[in-house]
Amino acid sequence: MTDIGLPHYLSVAAVLFTLGVFGIFLNRKNVIVILMSVELMLLAVNINLVAFSAFLGDLTGQIFALFVLTVAAAEAAIGLAIVVVYYRNRGSIAVDDINLMKG
Amino acid sequence: MYSAIVFLPLIGAMLAGFFGRWLGDKGSGILTSSLLTASAALSWVAVSQVGLSGADIRVNILEWVTSGDLQANWALRIDTLTAVMLVVVTTVSALVHIYSIGYMAHDDGQPRFFAYLSLFTFAMLMLVTADNFLQLFFGWEGVGLASYLLIGFWYHKPSANAAAIKAFIVNRVGDFGFALGIFAIFAVFGTISFDAVFASAPDQVGKTIAFLGYQLDTLTVICLLLFVGAMGKSAQFLLHTWLPDAMEGPTPVSALIHAATMVTAGVFMVARLSPLFELAPMALEVVVFIGATTAFFAATVGVAQNDIKRVIAYSTCSQLGYMFVALGVGAYSAGIFHLFTHAFFKALLFLGAGSVIHALHDEQDLRNMGGLRKGIPITFALMVIGTLALTGFPFTAGYYSKDMIVEVAHASQLQTAYYAFILLVAAAFLTSFYSWRLIFMAFFGQPRHDEETAKHVHESPWVMLAPLVVLAAGALVAGYAAYPYFVGEGYGAFWRQSLYTSPANHILEEAHHSPQWVVLLPTIMMAAGFAVAWLAYIAFPKTPALVIRAFRPIHAFLYNKWYFDELYDVLFVRPMTWLARVLWKTGDGRIIDGLGPDGVSARVIDITSRVVRLQTGFVYHYAFVMLIGIAIIVTYFAYVYWAQLQRAF
Repeated sequence: MTDIGLPHYLSVAAVLFTLGVFGIFLNRKNVIVILMSVELMLLAVNINLVAFSAFLGDLTGQIFALFVLTVAAAEAAIGLAIVVVYYRNRGSIAVDDINLMKG
Repeated sequence: MYSAIVFLPLIGAMLAGFFGRWLGDKGSGILTSSLLTASAALSWVAVSQVGLSGADIRVNILEWVTSGDLQANWALRIDTLTAVMLVVVTTVSALVHIYSIGYMAHDDGQPRFFAYLSLFTFAMLMLVTADNFLQLFFGWEGVGLASYLLIGFWYHKPSANAAAIKAFIVNRVGDFGFALGIFAIFAVFGTISFDAVFASAPDQVGKTIAFLGYQLDTLTVICLLLFVGAMGKSAQFLLHTWLPDAMEGPTPVSALIHAATMVTAGVFMVARLSPLFELAPMALEVVVFIGATTAFFAATVGVAQNDIKRVIAYSTCSQLGYMFVALGVGAYSAGIFHLFTHAFFKALLFLGAGSVIHALHDEQDLRNMGGLRKGIPITFALMVIGTLALTGFPFTAGYYSKDMIVEVAHASQLQTAYYAFILLVAAAFLTSFYSWRLIFMAFFGQPRHDEETAKHVHESPWVMLAPLVVLAAGALVAGYAAYPYFVGEGYGAFWRQSLYTSPANHILEEAHHSPQWVVLLPTIMMAAGFAVAWLAYIAFPKTPALVIRAFRPIHAFLYNKWYFDELYDVLFVRPMTWLARVLWKTGDGRIIDGLGPDGVSARVIDITSRVVRLQTGFVYHYAFVMLIGIAIIVTYFAYVYWAQLQRAF
């Protein structure tokens, strides 16, 4: 067994980030899934930050990771609130129905 | 005082035009009429000062145009010729204004009418007081505009609009020649001031202009171009078609503009430019030819018309031809003399016809009149006076002036003079015939209008009859009173420098010694015309119908005015319409619009309609674009800063 080093962490983070991105693009059903995808991308970034922090022996990255978690929590709260209000107004949160900005 | 003559009508026009609503119908009529009357009174003072006491006057108003070599001052040139025209214009205009108060009493838009009438008078006064060609042209176009406005005064009538446009366009043809003539004068003489041009005109005799490889005599070309303008304005043969149609306007307008003043502008112009024309014998031949042809042609057409105003309109056309013959043979004063007398009796006839139309509630067709002398005796008497003067009954106005023209035509040595003499004598017969035909059809015989109209036949109010009486007095005595000054022994002292005749020109002298038969001939023709008309319409009223049936093609030819309208329609109107349509549809629509504004806007819409499809409204599409954008930016910077990145790691 080899040691688990920085590249492994970065790979996991990259996979998670890519999953998040594709979750946004390929999802056709639900706005909540988009929110979850965004969350996933933020977590991937967090893994990067923590991994580099440990690798470089610099705590700044871990402090940033805590900030990101805080912001992500706030963002999740606001995002869900918007989705709830949107559902009340429109009766649907299917992504394909949300195209009021169509030109 | 001279400025007042010219500018009082303008003040009236502006007051009636801009403040007509406050002045009211009656108010604007009375205001403009009184201003015109003042102007007319001053004109009579002017003619006595200038013509009889012999003091030419120039009033400088302002420096008008100064552009390079072109200098034009706005000055009033008052010599005898102008003074005579001032009297004619302001007097007839004042009488027509007064008459219109009665004639237009039931019309909406009277302030507008009086404003136009006064504006016309102002423009006409500008024309006759011109001191240079630019001023002349200004007045020329001014009267054209006023004529257009007044012919189309009843703008809700399509026929009136069509007639107004026709008058304007036919006059454009003439004005094109006139403008070219003025350009030529400026090119040749380097100035447009009358005095300077007249002074250097003798130097140009025999010089030529090269044009398209031809050598053309300078003065002949200039005079012919200017005469084209006169033909348009004075409705001479080939450019006459607008005048009869212009009768769509109100009758006072016909009397003022299309009988007494504006149509004589061409005559005035040729007389004013006599120093030029006198040096261009070829041009004079053309003037005589056109004038004589017009006099005869219009008289033949007048015989067959049934509209009372059209008969008089063709008569005007014919009488203008007489005037041009007089000018052409070099007897300028005889032409102006006829202009002077004609203004009185033709305005009288028109206003009288207006009175008849008024009495019959807008009935203009002679075939629906008849027997009116009992219903409107005063109008009848005045119309007879006008007719006597027009036909040249001895010792009326027309007798002196028209006979004078026939005599000068006989005395002239020009090649076309004999042609002119024959046609003028024939036209004198026709004039007498159609004039008495009008009187007999309108005032004698059985009434042919319906019962309803017959009950309402009424004499016009005095505000209309009074101007007629004044004009009738003029028609009776103007010839006798003015004869010594205009063409008699007072000639030299009266006209002085305002009319130029070359030293070799003794035409008036020779005309006074015409053989007895020439002197009597017009009177005999007049009597013959009266006799034929009396026989045909009073003694044997059945004959006209028989004659028409017997000579149907000739009657149709005359009735349709020698088919000039149809000819012009085929020659000019249709090709122009076709050409204009092609230019409009293909040239303007397809090429200019297609490649220009419309094409550009269509391409913009094409492109934007594709661009707009990018805006799907789906959030994930926007996110995708953003991500791709970030990826591109990162790739780009990674590529550009590759070396530094390598160093960093």
